[in-house]
Amino acid sequence: MTMLRPLLAAMAAILLCSCAKQKPGSEFVVRIGSVAPLTGPQSHLGKDNDNGVRLAADEINASGLVIGGKKMSVEVLSEDDQADPRTATIVAQKLVDEGVNGIVGHFNSGTSIPASRIYSDAGIPQISPSATATTYTGQGFETTFRVVTNDRQQGEALAKFATDTLHARTVAIIDDRTAYGQGIADEFEKDAKAGGAALVAHEFTSDHATDFTAILTSIKGKNPDLVFYGGMDAQAGPMMKQMRNLGMKMAFLGADGSKSPEFIKLAGTAAEGAYASAPGLPLEKMPGGKAFVEKFTAKYGKIQLYSPYSFDATMALVNAMKQAGSVDPARYLPVLSRIRMDGVTGPISFDRKGDILHGAVTLYQVRNGSWTALP
Amino acid sequence: MDIFLQQLINGIVLGSIYSLVALGYTLVYGIMGLINFAHGDIVMVGAMVTLTVARLLSDSGLPGPLVLGIGMLAAIPACMAVGYLIERIAYRPLRNAPRLAPLITAIGVSILLQNLAMMIWGREYLSFPQILPTQTMAVGGASISAIQILIVASSTIMMAGLSSLIRKTRLGNAMRATAQNPEVATLMGVNINAIVSITFVLGSALAAVAGMMVSAYYGIAHYDMGFILGLKAFTAAVLGGIGNIEGAMLGGLLLGIIESMGAGYLGTLTGGVMGSNYQDVFAFFVLILVLIFRPSGLLGERVGERP
Repeated sequence: MTMLRPLLAAMAAILLCSCAKQKPGSEFVVRIGSVAPLTGPQSHLGKDNDNGVRLAADEINASGLVIGGKKMSVEVLSEDDQADPRTATIVAQKLVDEGVNGIVGHFNSGTSIPASRIYSDAGIPQISPSATATTYTGQGFETTFRVVTNDRQQGEALAKFATDTLHARTVAIIDDRTAYGQGIADEFEKDAKAGGAALVAHEFTSDHATDFTAILTSIKGKNPDLVFYGGMDAQAGPMMKQMRNLGMKMAFLGADGSKSPEFIKLAGTAAEGAYASAPGLPLEKMPGGKAFVEKFTAKYGKIQLYSPYSFDATMALVNAMKQAGSVDPARYLPVLSRIRMDGVTGPISFDRKGDILHGAVTLYQVRNGSWTALP
Repeated sequence: MDIFLQQLINGIVLGSIYSLVALGYTLVYGIMGLINFAHGDIVMVGAMVTLTVARLLSDSGLPGPLVLGIGMLAAIPACMAVGYLIERIAYRPLRNAPRLAPLITAIGVSILLQNLAMMIWGREYLSFPQILPTQTMAVGGASISAIQILIVASSTIMMAGLSSLIRKTRLGNAMRATAQNPEVATLMGVNINAIVSITFVLGSALAAVAGMMVSAYYGIAHYDMGFILGLKAFTAAVLGGIGNIEGAMLGGLLLGIIESMGAGYLGTLTGGVMGSNYQDVFAFFVLILVLIFRPSGLLGERVGERP
C-alpha cells in the first residue's frame, strides 16, 4: 500500500496537468479547432480557410495574448471533414473530446449543420466563415454563428440582379443537390419568381459530376435568358465550357461557390462574361483588405475565397475570450453573442440567430480572365 | 427534334467513351474471369499523362491535334506499363487463388493508383489546356464539335480493330482458346502467361485512349475520376454481357444514350415528378430490367461455370 502511494500521487499530478492544458514554460494554450475539406475537390478552398485561421493565430501569438491576467497562446487544431456530412460529425466529436475552446468552421453548409448540434451539446461556440445556408443558424442553437452573409440575403441580391440589371424574363436553374447548392438555388428561385421572371427548368446534378451536356441540352431547348447554377466551381467551370460548346449564348450566373480563380481556369476562355456573387465586399474594398492580402500572400500565396472570413472568425473568438477574461466557453459565449469589433471584412456583430448584421453582397463578372467587381 | 438529335449525339459521344472503357473490363473478364476494378484508374492515369504532355507542349506552337497525338503516344505506353505491372505483381501470384482474393486485390490496386496519382498530380481538379478548336458544326439544328467526331471515330476504329484482332489473328485465336479452357490451351502450346499479359496491356492501351478522350472532351482531370467512370463502364459491360466484346460496345453506347435521354426527358415524361436527379437511377433501372430477363446481359451467352 505504501508502495502505491507515490505512484498514485504521480498519476494525479499528470491528470491535473492535462486538465489545465498546461504547456512547458507555464504558458496557457487556447485551442481553436479549424475544420474544412483538406482533401478532395474542394481542398483548395478548405486549405484557404485553414490558412486564414493559422494567419490569425500567428498574429495573435506574435503580439502576445493575455486572458484573465494569464499569458496565453493559440493552438490551431486542423481537421479534414472531406466536405462530407458524416465525416464532419466524426471530426466534430473528436475536437470536442480533445477539449477545444472554440471552432472556426466548417467550410460547407452541409457539414456545418450536422456538426453544429455536436458543438451545441458540448456548449462550444462555432463560427463558420463560409457556411451560407439559412438553416445553419435557423436551428435555434446558442453556440452557432457565422461571419458571412447568408443565402437568404445572397439569393435576394442575385435574383434582383438577374431580373433588374440583366432583365432576365425566363430563367433555368441547376443545382448540385448539396445543402448549399439546393439552398441558394431555392432562395434564388423564390426571389426571381417574385421579381417577375418565369422558371422554365430546374435541373439537377451532383458535386462529383463532370458531364452536364444532357441537362444543358434540355435547357437549350427551352432557351431561357439566364442559367443559374447553385454549386461549386469544380462543376461550374466545366458546365460553363460545355454550355458554350453547345452553342448556348445566354447569361450564366453563379453564387459564391462559383466565384473563384479555379472557375476561370477550368472554364478557360468560355469563362468570359460569366456572373457570380460573393457575400461581403470585394477584397480591395474590405476595410482591412489591403493589409490582409499582403500578409496572406507572403505566407500562403493566392487567396481563394474565404480566408479573410476565417481570419475574422478566429479574431472574434479570441476577442470574446479577452473581453470575458476567460477561455471557458460558458463564460465567453455571452460576450461573443454581443461582440462588436472591426474585422478585415468589415464590422463584426451578430443578430439573435448568430447571423452577421448588415451582411453585404457583391456581384462580379469575368472580364479579361479575372473576376471584376461590378459597381 | 433538334434537341432530340442533340441528346442522341451527347449520348453517342458519352457512350463511345463508356464502350472503350467497358472493353477493358470485358477483355480481362473474358480471358481470366477477373473483374479488374483498377481499370477505371488506368483510364485516369491515361488522362493525367495526356494532360501533363499537353500542358508541357501547349505553348510550343504545335497544332492542337498534334499535341493531343503526342499526348496519346505518351499515355498509351505509360498505361500499358501500368497494366503489365499490375498483372505481374498483383494478379499473377493469385492466379489459382479463390476468386474473391484477386477481386479484393483489384480494389486495393485501385486505391493504390488513386493515391499515387494524388501524390504526383495533386488533389485539385486539373484543367486541360484549350488546344482543340471549339467551333461547332450545325447538323440538323444540333451542334457537333471536332472533338466529339474524333471521339466517336477513333473509338469505332479501335473497337473494329480489336474485334478483327480477336477473330482473325493467331493471337486472337490463342486468346479465345485461353478464355475457353486454359489447361487445354496450354496443352496446345499456348503460353498462358504471355496471353494474360497481352490482354492486360491491350485493355490498358484502350484505357489510355479513353483517358485522353475524357480529359480533352471535358477539359478536366482529377485523381478520382476513374472511380465513377469505371463503375459506369463496368455497368455497360454487364448490360451488354460481360466477357463479350460486341456486348461491351453495345452496352456502352446504350448506357450513354439512356443516361442522356433520361436526363433530358425524364422531367417532361413524368410531368416534373422525377427530374434529372433521377438520371443515374434510370440508367441502373434499365440495367436491372435487362438482368431480370437476360441474366447474362444483352449479348451474353449462358455458359457453364468454369472449374
